[in-house]
Amino acid sequence: MTTHTTDKQATVSLVEAKARTIRTRIINMLGAAGSGHPGGSLSAADIVATLYFHEMNYNAAEPRWPGRDRFVLSKGHAAPVLYAALAESGYFPREDLATLRKIDSHLQGHPDMNKTPGVEISTGSLGMGFSAAVGMALGLKIDKSESRVYTLIGDGESQEGIIWEAGMFAAQHKLDNLVGIVDYNNLQIDGHVSDIVDIRPVAAKWSAFGWHTIEIDGHKVEQIIGALNEAKSIKGKPTMIIANTVKGKNVTFMEGQVDFHGKAPSKDEVAQACGEIEASGPLG
Amino acid sequence: MSEKRATREAYGETLIELGRANPNIVVLEADLAKSTTTIKFKKEFPDRFFDCGVAEQNMMAMAAGLATTGKICFTGSFAMFATGRAFEQVRNTIAYPSLNVKICPTHAGITVGADGGSHQTIEDIALMRVIPGMTVIVPADYYEAKKAIAKAAEIDGPVYVRLGRATLPMIFDEDYDFVPGKAIVLKQGTDVTIFATGIMVSSSLVAAENLAKAGISAEVINISTIKPLDDNAIIESAVKTGRVVVAEEHSIIGGLGSAVAELLCEKHPVPVARVGIKDVFGRSGEPAELLKYYGLTDEDISQAAKGLLGK
Ligand SMILES: Cc1ncc(C[n+]2csc(CCOP(=O)(O)OP(=O)(O)O)c2C)c(N)n1
Ligand SMILES: [Mg+2]
Repeated sequence: MTTHTTDKQATVSLVEAKARTIRTRIINMLGAAGSGHPGGSLSAADIVATLYFHEMNYNAAEPRWPGRDRFVLSKGHAAPVLYAALAESGYFPREDLATLRKIDSHLQGHPDMNKTPGVEISTGSLGMGFSAAVGMALGLKIDKSESRVYTLIGDGESQEGIIWEAGMFAAQHKLDNLVGIVDYNNLQIDGHVSDIVDIRPVAAKWSAFGWHTIEIDGHKVEQIIGALNEAKSIKGKPTMIIANTVKGKNVTFMEGQVDFHGKAPSKDEVAQACGEIEASGPLG
Repeated sequence: MSEKRATREAYGETLIELGRANPNIVVLEADLAKSTTTIKFKKEFPDRFFDCGVAEQNMMAMAAGLATTGKICFTGSFAMFATGRAFEQVRNTIAYPSLNVKICPTHAGITVGADGGSHQTIEDIALMRVIPGMTVIVPADYYEAKKAIAKAAEIDGPVYVRLGRATLPMIFDEDYDFVPGKAIVLKQGTDVTIFATGIMVSSSLVAAENLAKAGISAEVINISTIKPLDDNAIIESAVKTGRVVVAEEHSIIGGLGSAVAELLCEKHPVPVARVGIKDVFGRSGEPAELLKYYGLTDEDISQAAKGLLGK
């Protein structure tokens, strides 16, 4: 639910605390699972926390409430950040998080819309969630709905051609109910995005594709809130927020480390990581 | 039989050998060099390795272009994306003009494990087998994978080699002479034939041992080349035993089970039981748990054989 706080700083603090909680849950969940993707989950934690604890309208008791805003995690391997946010929002019990990736769990390695309440569409194959989000925005436009669609894509994921196909379509159809966010951590699996197949200048590319663009620090909650507000004021075109992030953010031994793209933390690493996150401020 | 290795481990190693022998070997990857092991080739031949980023469709169509310049192009990525995402690039730009591209993705099947259904390719054999002119090979162990990858470089035209993440017992050794298109009888039998491919070959051998204890003589035949299929070997064994089990880590639709059933229906109809994934998607879990859950254990193969014998 949207948090109706008049005090701006209180809102920011609340979201920051939620982001820390989400980070500890990501770490614990991956530690219990023994596999999965910490780096890209942590880099997106502040963005996802801002969406679920400030920006979006939804009703956890009625996940498919037609009036809800939608969030599509196009970079589906970051499922832990989504699952943590959904559990914190009340879609399912927090205890479920410990079942991540287990054979009877509703929490699959990549998001599954038919298993997990609150997941809007199944993702995992990079690029396609973004197109699906464009389809959702289009459907909502046809219905003259007030609902908005938010979708998070990776910078590596941005190398997929489908991203740009969908991007052109969204601009063509003036989908101003759609907000894309690039988790720009400059890492993919094989190394730095700028060394593999560079996507720079990414903001200029999206502008050329007909999108309104905003560049922010993706770990500064005020800036994320500011960009989301600005997006609402933009009519006649979709908005792409380029969020500069650090892969593995808030866990020193994971920050900027390509090896923690898809490697779960050991027991000791879980303890150290949670210690660092908790030391950085109160949980929410 | 003690050492276990995954078929994917053969990829990077064999590419290095091929690269040393032939300067025209070029490797394309799509951001999964470590997982597919193509990183080994990259280290030795950085000038002949190109990382395309997360862009499998572009990778495949570029491989076709490279092939027209005389390169023998081996491609990386996971089976899901190489055969699924890039299907039409493979079909229309590689196979239709019959270009010399080798599609050897890893992480095929449900033994991918915890990544779940979105990453567990159970359709790739069907997708590649249906393309005219495509050679389709599913190695049963590390050594067969090595030999198949090396042979793929000698075949002039598109070749699909299916590689996996699960470690498997060794069936063959360094001296094994892999001949594309040739089925291999691993165990003679008279009551029932088990045609198996990939990871199901070693479990079929276990099943045959257990069936022997129950007084059932099972023949086990490794069909590593699914296309072109060794029609004669399959018909010959079916004539001998009169009952056929087909085992594969793939959908029962479109894979080896379908290929064998299609052949036998036309040439020598006998009862056939397919052990495979029964037209459902995969899910997260440990590989061993998943094999059990989806009915792909040696026990499932034995049961299928017994079923055909009315036992
Ligand atoms: C179509 C497709 N190709 C390949 C993969 C395997 N894969 C998973 S994550 C990843 C790298 C993604 O990098 P990025 O988008 O930058 O993610 P982040 O850094 O935010 O984790 C790849 C190649 C996939 N899931 N889907
Ligand atoms: Mg990235």
